[in-house]
Parts: sequence; structure tokens; C-alpha cells
Amino acid sequence: MKVAKRTFDAVIVGAGGAGLRAALQLSEAGMKTAVLTKVFPTRSHTVAAQGGVAASLGNSTEDNWHWHMYDTVKGSDWLGDQDAIEFMVKKANEVVVELEHYGMPFDRTDNGKIYQRPFGGHSQNYGQTPVSRSCAAADRTGHAMLHALYQRNVRANTQFFVEWMAMDLIRNANGDVLGVTAMEMETGEVSIFHAKATIFATGGAGRIYYSSTNAFINTGDGVGMAARAGIPLEDMEFWQFHPTGVAGAGVLITEGVRGEGGILRNASGERFMERYAPNLKDLASRDVVSRAMTTEINEGRGAGSAKDHVLLDITHLSPETINKRLPGIREISIQFAGVDPIKALIPVVPTCHYQMGGIPTNYKGQVVVPKDGEKNVPIVGFYAAGECACASVHGANRLGTNSLLDLLVFGKAAGETVVSDFQSGQLKLQPLPEDAADVSLARIARLETQTGGEDVHEVRLEMQRTMQKHAGVFRFADVLKEGVTKIMDVAERAKRTQIKDKSKVWNTARTEALELDNLIEVAKATMVSAEARKESRGAHVRDDALDCAETPNGRDDKNWLKHTLWYSEGNRLDYKPVNLQPMSADVEPIALAKRTY
Amino acid sequence: MTLNRGRVRWQCRRALLELDLVFARFLERHFDHLNDGQLADLDDLLIVEDHDLWAMINGSQPVGNDRWKEMVELLRER
Repeated sequence: MKVAKRTFDAVIVGAGGAGLRAALQLSEAGMKTAVLTKVFPTRSHTVAAQGGVAASLGNSTEDNWHWHMYDTVKGSDWLGDQDAIEFMVKKANEVVVELEHYGMPFDRTDNGKIYQRPFGGHSQNYGQTPVSRSCAAADRTGHAMLHALYQRNVRANTQFFVEWMAMDLIRNANGDVLGVTAMEMETGEVSIFHAKATIFATGGAGRIYYSSTNAFINTGDGVGMAARAGIPLEDMEFWQFHPTGVAGAGVLITEGVRGEGGILRNASGERFMERYAPNLKDLASRDVVSRAMTTEINEGRGAGSAKDHVLLDITHLSPETINKRLPGIREISIQFAGVDPIKALIPVVPTCHYQMGGIPTNYKGQVVVPKDGEKNVPIVGFYAAGECACASVHGANRLGTNSLLDLLVFGKAAGETVVSDFQSGQLKLQPLPEDAADVSLARIARLETQTGGEDVHEVRLEMQRTMQKHAGVFRFADVLKEGVTKIMDVAERAKRTQIKDKSKVWNTARTEALELDNLIEVAKATMVSAEARKESRGAHVRDDALDCAETPNGRDDKNWLKHTLWYSEGNRLDYKPVNLQPMSADVEPIALAKRTY
Repeated sequence: MTLNRGRVRWQCRRALLELDLVFARFLERHFDHLNDGQLADLDDLLIVEDHDLWAMINGSQPVGNDRWKEMVELLRER
């Protein structure tokens, strides 16, 4: 079958913050750049980011990148690579100021500087006192960022392919990446995007969980594509759970609610956080609060007829405070919980929020894999940035405001690497293999002809329930083990999905079936990696990991201070060392210590 | 020109989970019964930025165009 082919210097998949930042670097350097995106760029999930972007500008309180580096390494529970973390925090000021020049409407101080506010986990003096490090544009930071970057890309003549679903990576016999196949949703036709460089910036896969704060588009498309193309996924057992998602809906209730005095209560009305974190109580860090809530529910003190959630109480705050200081919370609560928080308590549960793991990269944005005895060999022509990538700067747990920073710094870094490789003539348009589109065409053909198959929605729901039950906030050896068997069964069902609507034009059922192929790879990676990691670290908390002097908080550095690599083929695991050495010789490594706040 | 229903349906995929949930309910209950005029109104509404659209649906911001009112009412149904 003849497949249309388009040729570019570079193809970028995804038009959220990381994709747009990378595209800008390429287009401004004069490279012919295509950006593929399944939704209009300014409808990417980056829009939902509220908290701000971290940078040690020191506009509101004294600050420097050494402190930011310490906070990020500690936040990562020492699983983050210290070279990549040093690179990110050092670049923070530059990328934020650039964004300011692109017209990003940051909040200002009285003397016109970018206003900065405190955020959990960020400190002065290596953990001593809170620091104001977050730069925000009201509560629409992500939205403003995406608009500034999009406008700039339009000016730089970036070519957008909107409502195109990327399907599969194209690799040659040597393993080099030569582009992607993609389906135009308007026609249903598959095309080849042949390029010297391919950058993935497809975001996370938060929809693998039943309870998720992520929008429906977050189906881990790039992560799934990479896994199917033989590339391992790094540290996929680490998912951040936000303590306060509305029960049953997932919609996020911002941390600010507890900052303003919101109290978590169990079924009997007890302020249970007093037992778990006597000092910080409801303001303890995300993972501590999430675990406390889960313990309450697991031990039968949950609220509601199914005793499956706890309650967030702001009834003691005045309606004026709620309306003024917590805009939007009342609307969310009324709409999704059917509760007016001025009069009643909001049902909440810990909810999947952010994917720390992803496609393994170095700090330059190059995708790196083990090869010939080396652990981090760049794949020719392949780069990744943002939530889909694992640099690794977040390690086992991400700090708030470091995700927008990640996508700016590594979007730009990936772009700079591509431009440099392009200008030096290193990147070449390599001949396409004859069968470049065969895998994608076979996937489409299978969906056309499948009979007696599985319903996409049912399989997706079964995957989400399995992940929620077996790889949630708290993890148990036997539950994980059973989870592996179950998710492999669900994956078998996902191979036989069937759709009723066989039309080609704007067939959303087909798109959802293709998305499920990506989700299921991420789900398998998460479950298998989590089952194997026999310790607690950051967001991965196991009931059977002993908290003792040798393994504080259950963290076992002797055996588990290493990155997981999961391969889809053979469902096998490999590991590689964490880089504890910063990038610069004159920067001291942050020494291993127990993570306490 | 008649709008393609599949295209409009896909445009209901948004950047915010709040909207995805509202639209999921709307797609289930109402989408298949919309006439061509209503479909065109919806298509027009879908151009609105996500935060503004959510603000109109939850009532914290007025509906900016009379043409959108009927669809916003349907989206508000709980």
C-alpha cells in the first residue's frame, strides 16, 4: 500500500509546553519543523498548570540555584540524576526571563520585578526556611505560558499539523530514529513524517489510573510508542498522587485550600492529620498526606456509604474568604461533588497527578539506552522532553513548580541539541526502510477486521481499576504480584479491541482504540516496575519495606539506589545507576540523607 | 456546509479535566440529538479558551454570546 510521505528537518510530537519550547528553538534556527498534535496547541494539558514555575531569581527572598538543587535532589529522594538537576536549576532564570521577553504576563512586585511566592518543598539554606521561588501568572500560569510560546512559534513559521495522531516511531536496522507515522484524523489516512530529528513531547499518561487529575488527552502516546519500538521506560513505578482530588471525579482541589485553613476529617469528624504529622498537620507534604488519607480509608474510617474517601472541611472559613482567596473551589465542589463547601464537607481522595518516569534521556534531551555494555548511549535522531521524558530530575518525587521548569529547560535543551547536531551536519536524512509504515497500517487494518473482540471502554476501565487497586498510594507485595498477572491479562484483551464504527473520517472511536494501545504499555511498565522494587522511595511506598536505621523510611540505598528500565518486549527489567555526580567538577554532590521535612 | 459530527465530538476533548467531565456527560446525553443549528452553535462555543469556557459553565463568568446560551445550559445539567 502506498503511503504519503512528508519530509522535514525535524518532527516534534506534542504541542504542550515542552513541544512548543523545542519547536521554537528549531524554527528560529531556520530548521524546517513540523509539530504534530492531536488537539489544538493551546488545548494541551499544560493549560491546567496553576502553581507557577520555579527559578531562584531571588526577587522576593534571598535565593540561589545551590539551594534549589538541594531541594530538588532531596525531593527526588536521591533518585534524581544530579547532573541533570544541576543543569535544570542553573538554567531556570534564563528560561523564565526569556519567557518574560516573549510576553508572558507574570505577576509583578511593586518595583516591577517578577513576583515570587513560596511553594511546598522549596527552601533557603538547604532546607532551613521556606523560600519564595515560584513565578506565576495569577492562577493561569500554564495557560499564559502556552499562549506566549504558541504566538512566538507562529512568528517563527513552525508548521503545525493539528488533529494528527502520531502512531509509531520509525527506526532502521541500526536502531536510528527516522521519524514517525501519523494519522490525520480528518481523513483517517496514515502518512510518514520523515525527518533528521524526532522530538517527543507528548506529556504524561495519568489516565492509566481510575482516579486521575489529568485531562482525557493524557494517554502517554509518546511513552507507549517508544515502548513498542523497543525503547525501555525509566522509573515508571513513580507516580505522584495529589492528596485532594474530588472523590469519583478526580478534579484537583488546590493545595491552597489547606494553606487557607482547610482541614481533613475522617468519617467520625476527627482531624486525623494531627496523629500523622503533629507539627505540620494538614500542611504536611503531598506524599505524607496522601498516605495518611489512605491509611484512614484502609482501616475503615473513610466517609460515605462505601467508606472510600475522606472529607475536606472549609465550613469554618467565611464565604468571603472562600470566594476571594479560593476562587473556583466552590464551583468545582458544587459541580463534581454536589456539595457547597460553605455549608458541607468536600469528599476527597488521593488522586494520580504526575508521571515522574518516562523515556530515558540525558540532560541534553537525547534519548539514551543501554547498548554494548554502556548504560546511556544516545539513539541517533531521537530526543524527548517534558513529562513524557525522564532526565531524571524528579526522581522518586517531584516538587511543585518544577514541572513547568522541566518542560522549559529540557524543551529548550532538546531543541539546542538538535540545532547543534543539524548545523554540524551530524544529522542526516537516512533512507526509509521499505516497511516504514507497515506496523501502523497493520494496527489500523486489525481494527477494521477484528471480530468477536473487546470493547475499548471496558478494557480501559478494567486497566484503570486494576492500576488503582494494585499500584496505588500504598503498595503491598501480594497485591502488586496479583496486579502484574491482572494487568498482563488486560493487555491481552487490549490486543483484541473492536470498534463498531469503521468509518475513516473523524472516527473518534478509532482514535481512542489507538490511545489505549499506548496507555496499556505504560500500565504494564508501572505495575511490573513497582512489583520489582522492594523498597520505599518517594512516591513508591511499600508496606513490606522496613523503616529502620539501615533503611530509613524503608529506603534501601544499598540495593535500590538505581533507575528501573522496563522493556515491553519480553516484559523484562534492567537497571542503571543513579548519577550522584553533578555536572560541574566544582559543585559538591548532595550527599545521601534521610528525607524528612 | 454541514459540520462533521465526529470533528465536533473530538473538539470536546479539552485541556482541563473539569471540561472533559462536563463534556463526557453532555456527549452521552445530548450530542446525538443535536440538530444542525445546535451543532453549529456548539462548534462556535468550542473555540472559547478552556478557562473561560469553564467559567461560563460554572457561572462565575457571564455567557459571552447569546448564541452559546442553549449549549451552556445543556452543559450545566448535572
